[in-house]
Amino acid sequence: MAITESDVRHVAMLARLALTDEQVTTLTAELGSVLGHIDELQRLDLTGVQPTAHPLAMTNRMRADVIVPGLSREAALSNAPESDGMAFLIPTITGAGEES
Amino acid sequence: MSGIDLSVFPARQIRDAIASGEFSAREAADAAYERIDALDSDVHAFLQLTPELAYAAADRIDALRAAGEDLPSLAGVPAGIKDNMNLVGTRTTCASRILGDYESVYDCTAVRRLLDAGALPIGKCNMDEFAFGSSTENSAYGPTRNPWDLDRVPGGSSGGSAAVVAAGMASISLGSDTGGSIRQPGALTGTVGLKPTYGRVSRYGIVAFGSSLDQIGPFGRTVEDVALTLEAIAGEDAMDATSSPEPVERYSEALGIGAKGLRVGVVRDMLAAEGCGEEIRAVVDQAAETFAALGAEVGSVDLPNAKHGLAAYYIIGPAEASSNLARFDGIRYGHRAAEATDVLDLYMRSRAEGFGPESIRRIMLGTYALSAGYYDAYYGQAQKARTRIIEDFRAAFERFDILLTPTTPEVAFRFGEKVDDPYTMYLNDYYTIPVNLAGNCAVSVPSGLCTTTGMPMGLQIIGDYFAESTLLRAAAAFEEATGFDSVPPLVKALGVAKGGE
Repeated sequence: MAITESDVRHVAMLARLALTDEQVTTLTAELGSVLGHIDELQRLDLTGVQPTAHPLAMTNRMRADVIVPGLSREAALSNAPESDGMAFLIPTITGAGEES
Repeated sequence: MSGIDLSVFPARQIRDAIASGEFSAREAADAAYERIDALDSDVHAFLQLTPELAYAAADRIDALRAAGEDLPSLAGVPAGIKDNMNLVGTRTTCASRILGDYESVYDCTAVRRLLDAGALPIGKCNMDEFAFGSSTENSAYGPTRNPWDLDRVPGGSSGGSAAVVAAGMASISLGSDTGGSIRQPGALTGTVGLKPTYGRVSRYGIVAFGSSLDQIGPFGRTVEDVALTLEAIAGEDAMDATSSPEPVERYSEALGIGAKGLRVGVVRDMLAAEGCGEEIRAVVDQAAETFAALGAEVGSVDLPNAKHGLAAYYIIGPAEASSNLARFDGIRYGHRAAEATDVLDLYMRSRAEGFGPESIRRIMLGTYALSAGYYDAYYGQAQKARTRIIEDFRAAFERFDILLTPTTPEVAFRFGEKVDDPYTMYLNDYYTIPVNLAGNCAVSVPSGLCTTTGMPMGLQIIGDYFAESTLLRAAAAFEEATGFDSVPPLVKALGVAKGGE
C-alpha cells in the first residue's frame, strides 16, 4: 500500500496540521519508507489472535464517591493564550468550512 | 565550594551523611549546581534550573535534622526531572515550542512522591520533543551531549535525565520509557536505567505519549539508587486508574544476596539480529558467564515474535500519540497561531507551527494507521502481534526468572548520523520495545566500555510483571561482579573532591 501525496494531504486534514507543499512531499517519502519497513505485519497470519489494547488485565477500577478539590478556574485558565478570566476565548466558530 | 563530588556519592550515603551531620542538604544542592556551572554549558542536559525549589527543599531537610527527626529515604539527594513531568513552580515544555511557556498547574504524582521522600529538585531535563526519539536531537531547544564524548548523543528520549546522572549534576533522575527511552540512554551514558512494570508507577501528571506503553522510572549511578528511587515513586494512585494496587516492595533490601539459583535465559534469536555489533553481542555472552559463575542456572530462550515488536510499536505508539497530542490545539494552553480566520485555521496553524518535524511525522503516521480503510490492516494487526509478543514472554518466564539481551544494538552514535532516515533511528529501540508492548519490567546496567570507541555499553535484564525485586537483585549482582567505573573522563578531568566510597 504505497502512500500518495493525496493520502498525506487527507491525513494532515484529519490530524489538523497545516502542512506546506514541501512538507507534504517530504512526509510522503518518509512515511512511505517507514510503512515499507512495518509492512512485515501484513504478512503475519494472525487469524484468531485476540488483539491487546492494554498490557494489564484491569477492569472497572472504582473509587469512593467523594468530592475532592479539583483545578481552580484561575489555574485552569492560567496558560490560556486568550481568556477573559472566566472562559477561554476563541475566534468565531460559525461559518467555518471543514472537510469531514 | 561544597567539596562534595556527586559522581562518587550514592544516594543513600548522601542521606546518611546529612543525617550524621557530615554535611548539610544545602551543601548537597551546592554540589549539584557547582557541577552544573562547570559542565552544563557543554552538556546542555537541563532546560530549566530550579534553585529556589531545591534550596527550599534542602532547608526543610536541614530543619528536620536540626530538630532531631528521622530523615526520609532520599533526604537531600539532588534529582533531575524529565521535562514532561509537571511540578508547580516549573515550566513543563516537553522540549517543544508548542509548550514553550507552559507553567505547571499541578504536580505529577511520581515527582510529588520523589520530593516527599526528601529529594532536591535541581531542574528539568532535556528530552526529545514529546519523548519522540532516541538521541535528544529532536529537542526544540537543542540537543544534550553525551558526557562520555561531547560529539556523541546521550540517547533518548530521556537523554537529559541520563546525562545529569552521568555527569554528576544530580545523583538520580526521573525519565519516562515508552519504547526504551530510559534504558537506551542509560546504556549510552553508563548509567542504570529502569523501566518498571506498566502500572507500577502512576502516570498522573506526565504528558502522555503512548498511554498503554508509557512508564516513569529512575536513573541512577548504582542499582541501589534506582531501587531506592523506585520505592519512593511506586504505588497505587487514585489519580491514575491504570496504576496497580500490587503492594510496593522494599526493592533496596532485595539487593546484595547475589544471583545463586536464579534462572537466567539468554535471548538467542534476538541476539542474532542484523545490525547488532560484535562487541555488543559479546556483552551478553560475558554476562551469561558472569551469572553462571555467581551460581545462576543459565540457559537459552527464543522470543520468536519479538522481532515484530518494532513494526507493531511504530503503529501502536504513533496511534496513541496522535490521539494524545490532539489536545494541543491552541485553545486552552500552548502556542496559538496569530490572526486565525476561524477555529479550524487556528487549530491547523497552531499545531503546524508548534510541533517539530518528528512530532509531525508520528502524528501523521498514527493518524494514517487509525484512519478509515487502514485501521484493521495496521492498528488491528499490530494489536494482535502485541498479543503474540506477550505470549512469548509468558512462555519464557515459565522457564526463567530473568532474560538477557543487549540494551541497544550499538554504542552512542555521533550527532546527525541517523537524522536522514527516521527508521535507522527507530532501530535503536529494537531490544527495548518488546518489553513496553508486553508491559513487564527491564533495567539497563552498564557492562563495560567498548574497546574501539571508549563508550559505555549496556546489558538489558528483563523481568516478569511486578518482579522488580528479582530484577534488581540480579542487576545488583551483575553490577558488583562487573565493577564498572561510572565516572566519565570529562568529570575526572575536573579533579575528584570528597568522595563517599
